[in-house]
Amino acid sequence: MARDVSGGPYILWFRDCGTSCLERVGGKNAGLGEMTRAGLRVPPGFAITTDAYRDFLGEAGLGPEIEKVLVRLDGRDLAAVEQASHDIRRMVSGAPVPALVADAVAEAYALLCSESGVPDLPVAVRSSATAEDLPGASFAGQQDTFLWVRSAEAVLTHTVRCWSSLFTARAISYRDEMDLRSGTLLISVGVQKMSNARTAGVMFTLNPANGDRSTIAVDASWGLGESVASGAVTPDNFLVDKVTLEIVRRTASPKLIEHVPDPATGRVEVSLVPAERRDRLCLSDEEVVQLAELGKRIERYHGGPQDIEWAIDRDLAFPDNVVLLQSRPETVWSRRSRAPIGGAAGIESVLATLLAPLKGSAPHDT
Amino acid sequence: MAIKVEPTVGPGKVELTVETRFPSPFEVKTPPGAEGWQDLYPYYSVFSEDRRSEEEAAFWFQDGVHWREVLYPFDSIFMEFALKCLSQYNTRFYIIPPAMGVDYRILNGYTYLSPVGIADQAVIGSRVPHFLERAGYYFQNWDALYAKWLVKMKQVIADVDAISFSPLPEMEETGRVTEGRGLSSSFDLMSQYDKLIELGLKGWQYHFEFLNLGYAAYLDYFGFCKQAFPDMRDQTIAKMVSGIEVDLFRPDDELKRLANAAVRLGVAEELRSGTAAEALARLAKAKNGPAWIAELEKSKTPWFNFSGGTGFYHHDPVWAEHLDVPFTFLRSYITKVEAGEDLSRPLDAIRAERDRLAAEYAALLPTEEDRTTFQGKLGLARTVFPYIENHNFYVEHWHHAVFWRKMRELGKVFVSAGFTGDVDDIFYLRRDEIPVALFDMSSAWAVGTSPRGPKYWPREIARRKGIVDALRKWSPPPALGVPPTVVTEPFTIMLWGITSESINTWLGGAAGAALKGFAASPGVVEGPARVITSAAELDQVRDGEILVCPITAPSWGPIFSRIKAAVTDVGGMMSHAAIVCREYGLPAVVGTGFATRQIKTGQMLRVDGNNGSVTVL
Repeated sequence: MARDVSGGPYILWFRDCGTSCLERVGGKNAGLGEMTRAGLRVPPGFAITTDAYRDFLGEAGLGPEIEKVLVRLDGRDLAAVEQASHDIRRMVSGAPVPALVADAVAEAYALLCSESGVPDLPVAVRSSATAEDLPGASFAGQQDTFLWVRSAEAVLTHTVRCWSSLFTARAISYRDEMDLRSGTLLISVGVQKMSNARTAGVMFTLNPANGDRSTIAVDASWGLGESVASGAVTPDNFLVDKVTLEIVRRTASPKLIEHVPDPATGRVEVSLVPAERRDRLCLSDEEVVQLAELGKRIERYHGGPQDIEWAIDRDLAFPDNVVLLQSRPETVWSRRSRAPIGGAAGIESVLATLLAPLKGSAPHDT
Repeated sequence: MAIKVEPTVGPGKVELTVETRFPSPFEVKTPPGAEGWQDLYPYYSVFSEDRRSEEEAAFWFQDGVHWREVLYPFDSIFMEFALKCLSQYNTRFYIIPPAMGVDYRILNGYTYLSPVGIADQAVIGSRVPHFLERAGYYFQNWDALYAKWLVKMKQVIADVDAISFSPLPEMEETGRVTEGRGLSSSFDLMSQYDKLIELGLKGWQYHFEFLNLGYAAYLDYFGFCKQAFPDMRDQTIAKMVSGIEVDLFRPDDELKRLANAAVRLGVAEELRSGTAAEALARLAKAKNGPAWIAELEKSKTPWFNFSGGTGFYHHDPVWAEHLDVPFTFLRSYITKVEAGEDLSRPLDAIRAERDRLAAEYAALLPTEEDRTTFQGKLGLARTVFPYIENHNFYVEHWHHAVFWRKMRELGKVFVSAGFTGDVDDIFYLRRDEIPVALFDMSSAWAVGTSPRGPKYWPREIARRKGIVDALRKWSPPPALGVPPTVVTEPFTIMLWGITSESINTWLGGAAGAALKGFAASPGVVEGPARVITSAAELDQVRDGEILVCPITAPSWGPIFSRIKAAVTDVGGMMSHAAIVCREYGLPAVVGTGFATRQIKTGQMLRVDGNNGSVTVL
């Protein structure tokens, strides 16, 4: 290789991270790394490691300052928490980013642009906390995501914002409640090529309605995935048989709004979905099946049901347009113990079926 | 159909209650011109004042799966035999705890059935130990008993084949005198008929020896799958037991073999056009033609004893006698072979897929015990499945084909004795009238005078033809009487696919609702409809059409290479249509109740085999 693209200690490309790097890149980035390594279609990108954040704190001497604010804080005093959050975030965003960090980020972004063949490549900048996304500690939504970011400078600005998002009032009081110490908490940031999403949404590799492990449920709406994640629209719903990959059910919903990037302003706008698209299914059957296939692979790779964010990139052709944005372990059904189906094989069970042909088997079984 | 809609006021809300029932059998009018139709069928098979109270209390559904058309007087034979034999195994052999038999009636020539359940829990309980012992024995010894069954069944068919009918001779052969037999040709004629009927019944005894138990085991496995995986599709459940060599598919496989042989032997051109007879005449003269004909002969016995219909009607075209039917399919296969297509059903691939499905679903079950239970039920379902599929070839196809052939032989005797004008006229006689007519024939032959038959029967048959024609124009309601609130009788569900839901669909269907049925085979397609009501019309089907029919028979297999989808009036998860469509990978919706009546040929349809709906576009 002609030049060092490792980014030193501050940058880890998704293709080089995995769960073993969890401490340095956080759960979200580690997950993306795992998916990339598993050969799944994940938009390319890199993690700005916790080392960058640590050196940022260190160089500015922020650690003790933050501790000072937090140590005397009563987590139940909401006004005080608000004030602390405000103070800390101002400290964080006002502090200079070490030149080594800024250079490494700029270099990595430039490489991502040249690899994608797009100057000023729009990227998503997301925080990836080390305590987040772990089974049993669902911090989902506690940190920020910035979409459609388009320059090295902007990436850096939003990286700092992500760092400071560790100290939103909500995050502080949540950690206080969970007895997690904020001062020692590290954060990584993910920078990922933005998908030009025609449709996006989430997918569970089980049926969230009844925990059925033989199905994959897909929620989808027009535009970027924010409208589905935030619950702003009732998405289309698809149920796919995990084993046969047949679509068992399609439910079209009126999708009133969509999040779309505005190339002129470089911002993500919320707009009304035109009437002719509103009630139409926003995924084709082949896209649904492709998604389910990917979901099945991720689940197999991780050895358990997953909660996956995905998008259909309008700039790519099928099946490359079906891309995965994030995967984390499903936490609701996975944590419950599963009740056995029960019943027995053989004549007793045949008898039970004859006695209650529509109830399935084994009402006799005790 | 009486549909009463009346608003009722409930606590705090106003609801619409839809009260529905089907007409009472005693409200149904005789179609004009069909007066006296009751005499065409046995006295016990029609609704009557004698049993009115119990007949009115029961719920009856028209069995369009097997008897969609008007029954000819003779043809009621296999309907009666089938229901009698089905019933005896529930009631008297295996002592199925909650179910007696299935009662039958003929109304305006159409067959109505009424499963007889047992409501008394004490009675059900007292039947349980007997069931466990008897049915248990069959399940434990299934393979050995099935091997025995095949021998018995083939013997019945051989015995039917050995029967022969010939006109009474002017003078008995010398042999009858010199051997001291002391029995006349007319005695033989009468006893051969009795023997034929006896063998017909015997075949049906065997038909149901395993069937109810087999379906019950399948339903048990089916229920477990649905309980474990509520969204698992019926066809996936069936797929996990499929892929075994099935005799029922063998006739179609033979056509594929013959298509390959035709191309290999270079006689495709000779086979390409004209009637089957013309093609065979060309072949006889062609190089390698006789070699292909020899291959055809090899296939014919027994595999061309295959009905183009259900096999329950004397006029269902059997391949062996209507070579034009298989030749139509053969030609389309030849075209495919010439195009380089591989016609073989990829059994290894089907089997591998079947095993993959079973392994993956098993892995998704919550516990090791559940996996063991699943494997047990799946194993039993796989044990019983070959019988479920194959009995149909042995009884309804092969046995019936030979039986009808013999009846036509007797029909010729009737013609030669002047009793009837046409071979098939004999089917306008009830089976109990034939021995009487034969005695008339025999007696006059013995006395040396004229039988009354040649004057009596042509007149009577003409009258009966008028009645049958009038009945044919009548459209039978899908059911009679008051439907049960919930269908729980296991055989109604297992054998006819009738559930509370389908009854509601029938009730709604008449009110003009969209067609809904069982999603039998996945996929969504659009295309023009072709409504076919009998096998004889199959040649009208054009490439890319959607077949709309009362029911698809397995022998229609080859037609599936032309059509885009299939829609049937009747059928459930285990109907032949469902099984065959899955084999051929075509979208199918079965059990719509009304498709052939609501859809017209040429209408554009959307068939959704995923959700079981059919829409006229």
